[in-house]
Amino acid sequence: MMRLLNLFRRHKTFSHGGIHPLEYKERTAGLAIRRLPFAPRIVVPLAQHKGAPAVPLVTVGQQVVRGEPIAGADGHVSVPMHAPATGRIAAIDLWPTAEGPKAPAIVIEVSQAANQAVLYDEPVDILALSREEIVQAVKDAGLVGLGGAAFPSHVKLAAPPDKPIRTLLINGCECEPYLTCDHRVMLEKTEALLHGIRIVMHATGAERALIGVEDNKMDAVRAIADKLADDGPISVHAVEAKYPQGAEKMLIESLLGEQIPEGGLPLDLGVAVYNVGTLAQMGELLPLGRGLIERVVTVSGPAVVHPGNYLVPIGTPVGFLLQQVGADAAANEVILGGPMMGMTVASLDVPVTKGVSGIVVYAAGDADQQPRTVYPCIKCSRCVEVCPMHLNPSMLGQLAQKREYGRMEQEHHLSQCFECGCCAYVCPSNIPLTQYFRIAKAINRETPAVAV
Amino acid sequence: MFRGKPVEIRTAPHLKRPQGVDEIMRNVVYALLPIAGFSVWQFGISSLALIVTTTLVAMLTERLFSHLSGRGNTLKDWSVVITGILLALTLPPGFPLWMAAVAAFVAVALGKALFGGLGYNVMNPALVGRAFVQAAFPVAITTWTPAFAPGRFTEFVPSTLTLPFMKPNPVGEWIVGLNIDGFTGATPLAMQKFQHIFVSTTDLFLGGVVGSSGEAPALLILLGGLYLAARRMLDWRIPVGVFAGAAAVVLPLWLYDSFTYPSPLFVWFSGGLMLGAWFMASDMIASPVTPLGAFVYGALIGVLTVVIRLFGGLSEGVMYAILLANAASPLIASITQPRVYGQARRQGGRA
Repeated sequence: MMRLLNLFRRHKTFSHGGIHPLEYKERTAGLAIRRLPFAPRIVVPLAQHKGAPAVPLVTVGQQVVRGEPIAGADGHVSVPMHAPATGRIAAIDLWPTAEGPKAPAIVIEVSQAANQAVLYDEPVDILALSREEIVQAVKDAGLVGLGGAAFPSHVKLAAPPDKPIRTLLINGCECEPYLTCDHRVMLEKTEALLHGIRIVMHATGAERALIGVEDNKMDAVRAIADKLADDGPISVHAVEAKYPQGAEKMLIESLLGEQIPEGGLPLDLGVAVYNVGTLAQMGELLPLGRGLIERVVTVSGPAVVHPGNYLVPIGTPVGFLLQQVGADAAANEVILGGPMMGMTVASLDVPVTKGVSGIVVYAAGDADQQPRTVYPCIKCSRCVEVCPMHLNPSMLGQLAQKREYGRMEQEHHLSQCFECGCCAYVCPSNIPLTQYFRIAKAINRETPAVAV
Repeated sequence: MFRGKPVEIRTAPHLKRPQGVDEIMRNVVYALLPIAGFSVWQFGISSLALIVTTTLVAMLTERLFSHLSGRGNTLKDWSVVITGILLALTLPPGFPLWMAAVAAFVAVALGKALFGGLGYNVMNPALVGRAFVQAAFPVAITTWTPAFAPGRFTEFVPSTLTLPFMKPNPVGEWIVGLNIDGFTGATPLAMQKFQHIFVSTTDLFLGGVVGSSGEAPALLILLGGLYLAARRMLDWRIPVGVFAGAAAVVLPLWLYDSFTYPSPLFVWFSGGLMLGAWFMASDMIASPVTPLGAFVYGALIGVLTVVIRLFGGLSEGVMYAILLANAASPLIASITQPRVYGQARRQGGRA
């Protein structure tokens, strides 16, 4: 009953800033997750995650079976890769990435005759394992944050003993416009999600788990609440639909009322944050002893004829996906991730990687593609009002124009900026503030005097 | 496989709220139009000629300097139109047109272009222009003509059509000829300051008193200002700060001696405070960008206005108050920086 009452309360949110862009979610929110045909060629980059790239375990010409490990983790902050399809290793070569430079990747010629069954599994009673064994199992599954950060999941599980994880936050906000894959996962894979939460609680010893979902997805809140005991350690909470609610720092403040100290980690508050997609995969893969070989991707945007939420094998080239959804002809700008923080690809050969939650495609001439005049800053203070980190983007932007990157860090907390894009979104002068800050941070990283 | 198909590369965010600078500035012009319209109704063709002159000269000056500095046509951002209209509204309705043209040129040339154009001006350009003519033509700028004069739509105030570089044509005989009862040529503020006569607040609120072209209709100014504030094209903290600052000084004095000192309502609705608070102090470019700073800045204007009005040599102080606060605004902004996320709660550690 308490949970039902929660539904009628004004929903919690973070204390400062945020924006309400048009959501564009209605086209795909009601569409169930579907599979698409396999691409004839699948490309698995060795660096799809934060940390050290994986090391190939296969040689060119070798046959691989769907689910078979093809690259091993290189150290603690690294994860292995598994073959997303049965086929033959065609090459281990440089391949275009979303970030820009080409990077090593394993190219698999998909066998058209294979039935693509996953033959690599090793069912275990996961909750009977020790903490260390679970951490290893999560690592072996190649799991990374599927919300976009692609940080190896097992690293967050293995918290140092002096900073135990007491609270688990599960991020089901999905605040980026267009994206609905997490929404569908929460509706269709509720059991797997809850099982994933239990696994992480078991592995970390967390006392409670809070699932945060934006209040534009009340059906997901209800679907999860229906499967929870009222007084159990897991609870689901609606939070205000406001971008960037799904940012780690924002969700922590919304649900717990606390801010992470500047330069600190969620761990400093005894908190770990996981994306719902990650935990649903964890709940599904770990009991079977399988690796991460596919993920749900929302393909949407004005140029897409058949938008939807698709279960896509990791490594599927973006161009193939666009052909399948009827977007290849009109595609002018292709964004991996959401339109607020996503990256445009320079080539349609770029594959879908573990961190890609959505593909948004614009055609030439769409309203958001129009060039806009850039005016000088008129100090309207809108950017100051919307910055969720309560920075002063106006001042930062003026310093960036003068290339005073050091002062931006030392006097105005530049490194607290996580590039959510709210400032650039509202700027009436059309100043590319977020891009300025990316450049400034990149330069500061190379300048030892201002390094943080 | 897909090689050769060109796609564009852009940086995030890929979405943009459509409202741009030109739209904001255009809406400020819309909000000013009723005030200008009332001024024309009240003062007739002299006021119309004044508004047209300052706006045209301001636009020409802007175009000249944008051409000289090779920045293309900056008229498209509409900001100079605001300067032109605002300037006219701060001048007496019978102000000689050639002097108005000088004011408009100075406003844009010295107040704006010299600093680098839109976004870089330190002070409100319209007030820079007015301050210049206040110093250059002290008599003309304090010569007030009656509102609702008969024949105001057919004949100019004599001083309006003064030949360039000439002394203003005298208006004394013309005013006597109008035969308006009790017209002394003193503004409500001057009457309060020098004669201790208070004009009723209702008259101030609904317009029709002696003063500058745009001083009178407080109600219209309020409506325009509220429209902009509702559309978030104006920071409501600034006018609120101005009114609070003014009241903070005058309220104790008024309670102490209501014969000598005006009431807060009189202070709010008289002179240029309404127009100044809503349309000049709120000039985004010359006001602090921080929310707290906007309050401080507004309050400073309110306090300075009242101090100048009550204790200075002038009967009106809004212009100098705003110019002073403009000059202080970078300082105010720098000491009112927002508290960054995660700063004050360093000692936190419990979940």
